[in-house]
Amino acid sequence: MNKKISFTFDGKKYSGFEGDTLASALIRNGVFLVGRSFKYHRPRGMISAGSEEPNAIIQLESGEITEPNVRATEIKIYEGLNATSQNNWPSLNFDLGSVNDLFSRFFPSGFYYKTFMWPPKYWEKYEYLIRQAAGLGRSPTKDDPHQYEHFHYHCDILVVGGGISGLYAAKLLAKANLKVLIIEQHPELGGQCLNTDSFKTHEVLIKELEEQNNKDNFKIIKNSTVFAYMHSNYLLACQKINNAKIRQIIWKIRATKVVLATGSIERFLTFDNNDRPGIMLANSARKYQNHCSAKDIKKIVIFTNNDTAYQTAIDFFYKQEVEVQAVIDVRKNSNGDLAKKAEKLGIKIFFNHAVIDTKGRKKINSVIISELDESLDKAIGRSKKLSCDLLCVSGGWTPTVHLFSQSKGILFYRESDATFIPDKSFQNEISIGACNGTFELDEILKETYSKISGLLTEFGKKIDVKSRINSEKIFYDKLKHLWIVPSNKHFGRTKMFVDFQNDVTAKDIKLALREGYRSIEHIKRYTTTGMATDQGKIGNINALGIISDLSGVPIHKLGTTTFRLPYTPVTFGAMAGRHIKEFFDVERTTPMHQWHVDCGAKFEDVGQWKRAWYYPIENEGILQAVNREVKATREGIGILDASTLGKIDVKGRDASEFLNRVYTNAWSKLDIGKCRYGLMLGDDGMVIDDGVTSRLGENHYVMTTTTGNAASVMSKLEDWLQTEWPELKVYLTSVTEQFATISINGPYAPKLMNKLCPNHDFSKDNFPHMSFQNIGIDDVHCRVMRISFTGEMCYEINVPSSYGKALWEKCFDLGNEYNITPYGTEAMHVLRAEKGFIIVGQETDGSVTPIDLDMSWIVSKKKYDFIGKRALYRSDTIREDRKQLVGILTKDPNEILEEGSQLVEKITPVPMEMVGHVTSSYYSPNLGRSIALALVKEGIKKKGLKIYAPMPNKAIEVEITNPVFIDPSNERLSA
Amino acid sequence: MFLIKCPYCGERDQSEFNCGGEAHIVRPKNPPDLTDDQWADYLFMRKNIKGIQFERWNHSNGCRRWFNVTRNTATDEILKIYNMGEQPPIVTGIAPKTPSGETSIGSGNISTSYTKK
Ligand SMILES: [Zn+2]
Repeated sequence: MNKKISFTFDGKKYSGFEGDTLASALIRNGVFLVGRSFKYHRPRGMISAGSEEPNAIIQLESGEITEPNVRATEIKIYEGLNATSQNNWPSLNFDLGSVNDLFSRFFPSGFYYKTFMWPPKYWEKYEYLIRQAAGLGRSPTKDDPHQYEHFHYHCDILVVGGGISGLYAAKLLAKANLKVLIIEQHPELGGQCLNTDSFKTHEVLIKELEEQNNKDNFKIIKNSTVFAYMHSNYLLACQKINNAKIRQIIWKIRATKVVLATGSIERFLTFDNNDRPGIMLANSARKYQNHCSAKDIKKIVIFTNNDTAYQTAIDFFYKQEVEVQAVIDVRKNSNGDLAKKAEKLGIKIFFNHAVIDTKGRKKINSVIISELDESLDKAIGRSKKLSCDLLCVSGGWTPTVHLFSQSKGILFYRESDATFIPDKSFQNEISIGACNGTFELDEILKETYSKISGLLTEFGKKIDVKSRINSEKIFYDKLKHLWIVPSNKHFGRTKMFVDFQNDVTAKDIKLALREGYRSIEHIKRYTTTGMATDQGKIGNINALGIISDLSGVPIHKLGTTTFRLPYTPVTFGAMAGRHIKEFFDVERTTPMHQWHVDCGAKFEDVGQWKRAWYYPIENEGILQAVNREVKATREGIGILDASTLGKIDVKGRDASEFLNRVYTNAWSKLDIGKCRYGLMLGDDGMVIDDGVTSRLGENHYVMTTTTGNAASVMSKLEDWLQTEWPELKVYLTSVTEQFATISINGPYAPKLMNKLCPNHDFSKDNFPHMSFQNIGIDDVHCRVMRISFTGEMCYEINVPSSYGKALWEKCFDLGNEYNITPYGTEAMHVLRAEKGFIIVGQETDGSVTPIDLDMSWIVSKKKYDFIGKRALYRSDTIREDRKQLVGILTKDPNEILEEGSQLVEKITPVPMEMVGHVTSSYYSPNLGRSIALALVKEGIKKKGLKIYAPMPNKAIEVEITNPVFIDPSNERLSA
Repeated sequence: MFLIKCPYCGERDQSEFNCGGEAHIVRPKNPPDLTDDQWADYLFMRKNIKGIQFERWNHSNGCRRWFNVTRNTATDEILKIYNMGEQPPIVTGIAPKTPSGETSIGSGNISTSYTKK
């Protein structure tokens, strides 16, 4: 006997055995009531034993590791497993929402649309109520301590499904010296074969394959569901691992050939009250009875329209403690082998009969059966009551074509057994076995052999004829569709469930048709059939049949709804994998990063970079710290880590010509050793980047870009070079991370430079503003530029990254006497705004031209062409009333405007006519007042005009000014 | 997630590439001579059709090279990959059909042949 395992369901302790699923363990304990339905809160039990299960969905575990909507039919029990039922309040046995069932006449299809849409302003309240009622489990509120992984796998052949066809295919492939992967969704290989007494070949196959697992390029992954089939044979599978540090693995598989052996799912029948606990799919009931002895099951009834359910009758017949009351078969008769066998055993069969109703609130206790008329439309004669604890239902079989359909294969409708089966492949795959509409065992073996033989030929291999296996042939008689089982009640009073999880009945579908819905996709959305977590694996075909019956349109003309991925629900944890927290995105740090951290800097994210935002001392807030940093920079020395600026090395014969084309100004005449500011436009004339470029040699420049745009500028430049100007000899190399950049600003900056490099002449004659020099500091070669983004004298030292932190620290040692102060990005913004310097992405938003920025001085009139030039005189870009860059000063110097504030000329009742918006706004400690930059319609003409920034509680009066607030004549640069 | 055969690196996953939109749009050599409409046509007008389309692709997470791709956007079938500056292949064949005979809006599914000029 297997190991005993104890577990908890809804707070009560039970025990099962190793190998049990939660569902089988509950059945073993006589627990059939496992959930409440979504809309009417009707008691529900498990109706299947697989991933198609609509009812037995539970909340697994609690706290940080809890997982909602887990199918009890799929989860293996483990010691201490704790599960609770969902969608009930206050408890499963006493559920208040079940009053909905009494009022079910008032919950027709489209109910939510009809009732809760109007008036719109109440939507928020309705939504709250609906969300309260719509309890499909709860998501965890704490971090999951488990790890989720993504694995990549490339193989020659992927076999999806470890049932008999998949196993046989794998066996035929295993010795062919190909890389083969087989994936099975259940913990054991075998599929339906695990239920058969007569056919034992699968055991041999399983043993053989298990022995070969992980050898010779052959691999088996169990407990894993392939949930997506995408382009170029790219498939995703989710592997579930119980009780381990790694909880789930997503396998990303790229296969040359895919063999789909996904089997089939049994159908239900649509009869009145077909949803009580204890009503199950016949084959699932058989699976449970073969696996575990259900407590309290004494009498069973079988209701079918086909032969396969007779196997269930026969299996139960041999069970001592169970009495098979009867098989109710809607067909006139059956000559099938199994039906004949059942008859011979003395099992009572009611042909031409149907189950028309069931009784029992929390568990079925009896069925009402009745004879049917000739056309199976009406229940005739006197109905009869049969008592039972279990009703096994079979409505035929549906091939699992989800993956085939996701692969964009074309389906074909087979009238004889009402199945959609694969017709034309779109990708390199084949379907074999039940998923291909081949249900009979011997035929499955034959089909698999011949198809795998063909497949091996494609790979230039030969099949081993000795590996051929056969099985005894079983004859199955034809099934009879009966999409709606007749009832002796008025149709409007019946509850014939089609979609169990979403509580959609045959009546709801009829209503949708009566209200004029015709397209299958519309009916699906209006009634919500097939839209629950099970995606209608059991119910969709019945819904189609009912629509076809009622509308008179044949099923193949209705078509199917789209089979979307995922096949089964996938957790967010699995999707995210390791891409969480610090691995969510790349984090880039500068060589001086640790210094900033040690100094207690606050950081801000700029693209992927962590940049020091400000450096609070003791209890300083952001405003105090920034004010101090800004003042120190203008009065002593401010030092900025500018390593994040993009740096692109531009080399080659045509480097100057290239810069001429991508920047608005002229570059050919720039002397070697000089720097120039450039503005880069898109060909639509809008500013996309700016920065200083230095000429290092005749054919050698270093371009700097903004921190955030470095990668996109590099890509764009490469694009121009490779696709538009292949004749230019220019080579671009990103050197952003090769250099640390230290920006030393302030009136004492030259003094510090002298101390850093005593032998060098830093006088303004020898090293003027906008020039570049190679300087050795402690024998380390540095590129130093005299440029300025603060308006102060500034030296930007580019030092090889590995020396960045040492040089940075050295600056502090030597600069102490000048009150050297580190400043962060916030102070950098204030300093540049005081000077009216723009920041691309702040003053510009992709709709701003250089002319709008009042920077026509940088736009060459002489150049015939550059990127963006032609667009600068399109009708739109020369409009007079474009928004232009201006300064803004509030009337009250202590009022700091909100960035993004709208500006108006006149205060009127809303809506007011807006003339612009604030792009940057700060307190300037050097001016002792607030300053702002803004884009205002015709702003350049309107300097001096008083306008307003309307706020919710007041209107702030402001004046349009020049955007340069400090040192407009640039005296500080050459002081 | 289809596969693209980079002419420089070989077959790689789509996630390594970026699509740069319609191919064979040459930047005019004489922008000052063009009317606003002509310039706007170059700047903004791009095809995004269901069917055979000529596109620019960049192996952005690989060799960073640009190349041209002839792709059936309905099926993501790649008919040809060729270098920048090369002429597009002449495409013949039928318009993309749909998988189960549904209307031609949505996903389509049929391979189309092409012959080179
Ligand atoms: Zn490449």
